[in-house]
Amino acid sequence: MAGMARLIRMDRTGHTTLAEWTAADDASVEAAAAAFGAQLDAGYYAVVTEGEGHARQVRELPADADLVILRRPIAGG
Amino acid sequence: MAAGGAPASGAAAPAAVLPETAAVSWRPRVDERSLRSRARLWTLSTAAHTVPFTVTAAGLVALDPVLAPVSFLALAQAWAIPELYAKRGANVLKPRRRLDGRAESTALGLLGDLVGHDARELHARTGLVLERGRLGTWLVGEAGAVLVRGRRAYCFCVRVDDPDLPSADRTAHLLLALREDEQGFATVANMAFSGARWRVRRRLERRMRPALDAAR
Repeated sequence: MAGMARLIRMDRTGHTTLAEWTAADDASVEAAAAAFGAQLDAGYYAVVTEGEGHARQVRELPADADLVILRRPIAGG
Repeated sequence: MAAGGAPASGAAAPAAVLPETAAVSWRPRVDERSLRSRARLWTLSTAAHTVPFTVTAAGLVALDPVLAPVSFLALAQAWAIPELYAKRGANVLKPRRRLDGRAESTALGLLGDLVGHDARELHARTGLVLERGRLGTWLVGEAGAVLVRGRRAYCFCVRVDDPDLPSADRTAHLLLALREDEQGFATVANMAFSGARWRVRRRLERRMRPALDAAR
């Protein structure tokens, strides 16, 4: 399954893989986009890492990304 | 400035604004200048706490050497107040309760994937992730982060509001937010202390101190 992109959510289990897709497989991208949208609606933020030290928030599933991470909002303690 | 979902074209691309900053819209965005200004305020505040006690201590001894014990108490007060503030600052890196070991291990794997070898090794030893930013060098913990700029440390209290998350996931949340928007991260976080790095170091858990030493 090498080359599959993953949508993961950081949660109490460590993390959960919600979807896997390949850019060439429209059905898998569609399913991942649906899962992605549902998580954003639930209050998660989606982040794509761009090498060490850089990350970018995304509001649509980037089909060409290798890994999309869902995180909860942070706040001052 | 908000880039929304626009594709990034490289490391130098302007970052999007951290969405959490909307919740603290009244706060000016943290930048170099505001950090310097807050550092000055903390220095003034420390002086305001310590100078009166120090002067009192000196005055008492000058007045009558018999008052030396009282003078000593005043000096102790002058020393203790900044130490208490530093303790509050160091507490932002205090580790929280560990949860289910399997979840911790899974979360640790993800965190390890996010950082380089050196940072991974440092995290294994100290529990802190070292991240170099534009404002300075950050040490990211589970419920806070310390920004090191020269000899000064800025301690920020910031957390993800989910107590069930494994500790490495809490750190990863903060690390990702920091990488998304460093200034936004510092804006959302509450500053618990700003002062001499050595003061914070003394109050850190011993195993964490090498991380602060590495943050130069």
